[in-house]
Amino acid sequence: MATAVGEHPVSVRGLRKSYGDWHAVQGLDLDIHQGEVFALLGPNGAGKTTTVEILEGVRQRTGGDVRVLGCDPAEDRRDWRARIGVVPQTTGAYSDLTVREVVEHFAAFYPNPLPVGQVIDMVGLGKHEKKQSTDLSGGQARRLDVAVGIVGDPDLIFLDEPTTGLDPVARREAWDLVRYFSERGRTTVLTTHYLDEAEALCERAAVIVAGRVVQCGPLAEFGGRTQTPTTVSFRIPPELAGRTLPSLPPGADPAPVGADGVLRIGTHAPTALLAALVPWAHQAGVGELPELRVHRPTLEDVYLDLIREHADGTDRGADTTQLISEAGTR
Amino acid sequence: MTLTQPSTTAPVTGTPRAARHTGRLPGIWRAGAARSKVELRAFFRNKQSLVFTLMFPVILLVVFGSIFSGKVAGTDTDLKQVFMAGIIAAGVMSTSFSGLAINIAIERDTGTVRRLAMTPMPKSAYFVGKLVRVIVTTALEAVLLIGIALALFGLPLPSTPERWFTLGWDLALGTVACAMAGAAYSALIPNSRSAAAIVTPVFMVLQFISGVFFPFGQLPAWMQTVAAFFPVKWMAQGFRSVFLPDSFTAVEPAGNWELGHIAMVLVAWSLAGLVLTAFSFRWRGPRVR
Repeated sequence: MATAVGEHPVSVRGLRKSYGDWHAVQGLDLDIHQGEVFALLGPNGAGKTTTVEILEGVRQRTGGDVRVLGCDPAEDRRDWRARIGVVPQTTGAYSDLTVREVVEHFAAFYPNPLPVGQVIDMVGLGKHEKKQSTDLSGGQARRLDVAVGIVGDPDLIFLDEPTTGLDPVARREAWDLVRYFSERGRTTVLTTHYLDEAEALCERAAVIVAGRVVQCGPLAEFGGRTQTPTTVSFRIPPELAGRTLPSLPPGADPAPVGADGVLRIGTHAPTALLAALVPWAHQAGVGELPELRVHRPTLEDVYLDLIREHADGTDRGADTTQLISEAGTR
Repeated sequence: MTLTQPSTTAPVTGTPRAARHTGRLPGIWRAGAARSKVELRAFFRNKQSLVFTLMFPVILLVVFGSIFSGKVAGTDTDLKQVFMAGIIAAGVMSTSFSGLAINIAIERDTGTVRRLAMTPMPKSAYFVGKLVRVIVTTALEAVLLIGIALALFGLPLPSTPERWFTLGWDLALGTVACAMAGAAYSALIPNSRSAAAIVTPVFMVLQFISGVFFPFGQLPAWMQTVAAFFPVKWMAQGFRSVFLPDSFTAVEPAGNWELGHIAMVLVAWSLAGLVLTAFSFRWRGPRVR
């Protein structure tokens, strides 16, 4: 039952899920490490939720090998369930019960639940614990969902878009909750559309496009983020107009100046580039370069590039192989 | 100012695994008790289920009990009494069949079923809770109906211990048969909005063809035949044997109360409903939100 030493809490090889001709997931590989917060990113309909639901044991797979906490989720074992916490994408409604009654009720199914009061406080519903759960606002109902998902003190938590519909303050509170479990050595799988959320919480992530993992690894190195050039830009002041640029570090690539009068230089050595630009500007009597920016590629830039690169995630019908081989020869 | 680099690895302090897995996984008793508690709480707090499920037969009893008069042709028995025996069967069907089918459809729609399936709850605990809900509400319904019939319309209480015994088993078997049928029938309900529309016609039609409002012997033969396939007809017949004089069997199609038959049909419906529920109940899937 216990995860074997060295085995990852989640290990997926060649996962496939088809609905007739539609291949929602096609040959997906994934390893999620012990104790990490792992993000699953990807556009709508890319197969994220299908994948997560297969890992949660609520959807049957068509093929491939899946191990979650050392078990096949399709077995749906009770002792396995006791170690898994799930916050599904849709918000539940628990009619005619108060917040406290709902959490108490779900706690009753677990061998080692967290104290109910603590869970309610953790999700920020402390003031509302006597409220009828159907009278909660959308954001509060979402927090109750989270409470129901974590009350069993799980070793592995699946959060499927947990902060959708939450205001910024509530989102930060939800993040604290994720960190709480992460600090206690628990593993979290987070599905989200918010890249800032992934960046704030996760060390590693995978991007799923058209039912496959197109990128997986530390967020800091995502999509060759370290390889993508940094852009140094500034508005050309009158004093510098018409002057020739100084000799720039190797690899620096100035783009033609457009109508906005902004000079953009792509570089892998922004510090060296500035070291060349600053004395040059000084000589022309410019002490401050107007609108100077050093723009490192954000996760969003990298993510959007990835999605574009692997586009056509919408058609995964019978002739997918053809599309892919065409893409390969292009 | 001196710049320092933050350390890249923070020490992770997790609770030792061995220390955590000491509690025992709650079994069917604890889980079933937790489900039952929530079921009863929710039933009595929900005005819709209280009015629609519990009070509807009571209203029918009061209204029709005040309208019906005269004797059933060929007998010395008041039509009112026949109706009162029948309405108990309708009450059982209301709380156990209609109430349960609608309740399950709603829980499938609002995420309760889906969330319960994601906990280590033994799956049978859900049905234990439903059965407790149905038994408690049906018992209450029967007490309400018999009490009102007694107080307002002079329905005589069962006169012999045998009749009390028949009342007991007819109620119990009828409840289980209708509950199992309701749980199975809920598979036909696409979503909670259409639940009442899909359940109520069955409830109404069965009442009319099963001898609740009209003496069963006066119904057209084909209608009697159709009704004989369903539990309400048999339940109502059982309640007539409890509350009406034995001389009334003169107008019963079989000429006697057929107690053995009644028990057999109700047990058969219970088993069929159980099997159908086992095959049709879904913990997940497109309809389970």
